[in-house]
Amino acid sequence: MTLLYSEVEQELRAAVRQVLTDRSSWPTVLAGTETADSHDRELWRRLAADVGCAGLAVPEKFGGAGASWRETAVVAEELGRAVAPVPFLGSVLATAALRACEDDQLLPAVASGERTAVPVMTLSTPPGSPVPSSVVVEDAALTGTVTSVADALAADTLVVPTSHGIYAVEAADTARTPVTSLDLTRRLCNVSLSSAPGRLIAEGAAAERAWAAALAAGAAVLASEQLGVAEWCLDTTVEYLKMRHQFGRPVGSFQGLKHRLAELWVAVTQARAVARYAAGCVADDDADAPIAVSIAQAHCSLVAVRAAEECVQMHGGIGFTWEHPAHLYLKRAKSDALALGTAERHRAALAGLVDLPA
Amino acid sequence: MSAAEITTEDLRARVRDFLATHDAPRDPTSAERLNFLRARFDAGLAWISYPPGLGGLGAPRALQPVVDGEFAAGGAPDNEPLRIGIGLGMAAPTILRHGTDEQRRRWLRPLWTGEEVWCQLFSEPGAGSDLAALGTRALRDGDDWVVTGQKVWTSMAHEALWAILIARTDPAVPKHQGITYFVCDMTARGVEVRPLRQLTGEAEFNEVFLTEVGIPDAHRLGEVGDGWRVAQTTLMNERVAIGGGAVPREAGLIGVVAQTWRNRPDLRTPGQRDTLMRLWVAAEAGRLAAQRLREQLAVGQPGAEGSAVKYAYSRLNQEISGFELELLGEEGLRYDDWTVRRPSIMDWQFRSPGYRYLRAKGNSIEGGTSEILANIIAERVLGLPTEIRVDKDVAWKDLPR
Repeated sequence: MTLLYSEVEQELRAAVRQVLTDRSSWPTVLAGTETADSHDRELWRRLAADVGCAGLAVPEKFGGAGASWRETAVVAEELGRAVAPVPFLGSVLATAALRACEDDQLLPAVASGERTAVPVMTLSTPPGSPVPSSVVVEDAALTGTVTSVADALAADTLVVPTSHGIYAVEAADTARTPVTSLDLTRRLCNVSLSSAPGRLIAEGAAAERAWAAALAAGAAVLASEQLGVAEWCLDTTVEYLKMRHQFGRPVGSFQGLKHRLAELWVAVTQARAVARYAAGCVADDDADAPIAVSIAQAHCSLVAVRAAEECVQMHGGIGFTWEHPAHLYLKRAKSDALALGTAERHRAALAGLVDLPA
Repeated sequence: MSAAEITTEDLRARVRDFLATHDAPRDPTSAERLNFLRARFDAGLAWISYPPGLGGLGAPRALQPVVDGEFAAGGAPDNEPLRIGIGLGMAAPTILRHGTDEQRRRWLRPLWTGEEVWCQLFSEPGAGSDLAALGTRALRDGDDWVVTGQKVWTSMAHEALWAILIARTDPAVPKHQGITYFVCDMTARGVEVRPLRQLTGEAEFNEVFLTEVGIPDAHRLGEVGDGWRVAQTTLMNERVAIGGGAVPREAGLIGVVAQTWRNRPDLRTPGQRDTLMRLWVAAEAGRLAAQRLREQLAVGQPGAEGSAVKYAYSRLNQEISGFELELLGEEGLRYDDWTVRRPSIMDWQFRSPGYRYLRAKGNSIEGGTSEILANIIAERVLGLPTEIRVDKDVAWKDLPR
């Protein structure tokens, strides 16, 4: 398995970056955080439908591009670099579940970008969690509440894990209550279902498999998003320190700062390697995938947070202001560190996987 | 067949043909072993990326593991690469790049076969991280140079026949400009090697005192005054000395500690477990980053990640070996042996945890300190402004010391 980027991946990266540069510069993202819109609809339409990001990991027989989680992860890097307010992570999680179920009713519309599907799960759900059962099913009607759900405000269809398997539910048939979120660019909501009609997608072992596939793909792709966040923070800080002068010299010539940035660069270099390995393992359905994903989450969560914290600190006063974008990345990085299991939860999961018992 | 067309299959076939006509000697100390290695060199199957006639085929370096693996599978003796690492990794690339045809023909073959061991006379007591400040003097005397000075941290000096040496030939110009690169005969009169005992108790390295040592001008590598540039080839190769093949999970020190954890339930505590897992993840992140670097090198995109790999590896080894002592508790209070030893090959696995802890302290000093590596990353990779320098345009003789 290669840890390098293919030419196709580099072309995809360039296409995504072009759209983000045109449509989602940081002043636009910052302004968007103070509007009622949970996400940038037009940006998501272009990325999902025009560039084809939504269907990358969907097999061709379901109308997708027949690419893999590797390419999907490259998109996540770019979206992380831009803290783009689009429901990509939710879409990845739902697509992985639907793919595992071979759900031919929903997959084509998801792949084309026509509909956005998002799972109803608490964003901080840790690795290895069983299918959540807080939503109960009675006569094919779903009832229950799930809190702190990412991207559901942007969804057309909700993929709902329940005590009796996984269901597809029209978002319009649920009550979605926005909550004030730490991450301004990935807004959460609480989802309540009250005898909502649903279509059964998978039950029993198939539902468990689909749920596990969603968590694995989501965590692998999230690691690449964290890599993108860390890269932006490092690059931006380096550029600022070359330009900013104090004491009659560029701030970036002081060794106290240079060494911290060198260390951060080493950590980011490692983050790229582990994120690529995790995406490759999940794409290939490699037996090492659970280990690879937890390594990537345990490492990249810490690196993204450190990069964002250093970005704020090394920008000094301007870095603490609302008008500078550093806080958008800090909020995303910290929120990502809690999403899909903290580094500590992934280390604990790893210990069991690699025979280092308590 | 041109070099660019050499494939894995061609190489396998060449090694098989070679082994069919040259019996791999059974007794590894015998003269047959040397003859076998000489023949392998002459067949271009030593270091395949070197030019034909100098032990290679001009083939891609990435294919070297194919050849080494094929010889190993055939039961052939190798050239003990760990024993001659300085020659292979540092002297050879420098001789290849900067030497004359005559110098290459004279030195490379016995270097590769291990007949002639090499060492490196670079660092001095007064020139460590600031290597260009070195004060060992070389004075021209007809067709010879007369060299006087003191070198330090010289591994293998007590077994070496040759040394790569940098010395000052012009003190009146700024320090980087007045250096010349030589090859020094370690058996010459005036060369004195003394063991240098380290904090581990052993003497892995030496001090070398040079007193009016004569070096023929024919043993100069590169132009007079161009030694700093020539030395860059040596130093770059020191830091890119990453092995050919992929390293398996838990191959290094982390594997030793993980095995202790598995075998010794009595030592386990919840706090130690999370520390262990932090180190385990860090080891994997370092291993995968090194693997990605090897991939980049194989397709000809050498990045500066080499410095990153060494930087991360040093710290990790220190943290893991420190953790190992704490995990062991009472056993960590003991040490295996303080007597002076002169190892020619370092083997971490067979010494005590206390030795591993102490030896790892050298990792962040040898081959470029972590602080210097951090400067290299900050300035050459990230492009941050250089330190304000007070020594670049001053004649060496006028520098404060």
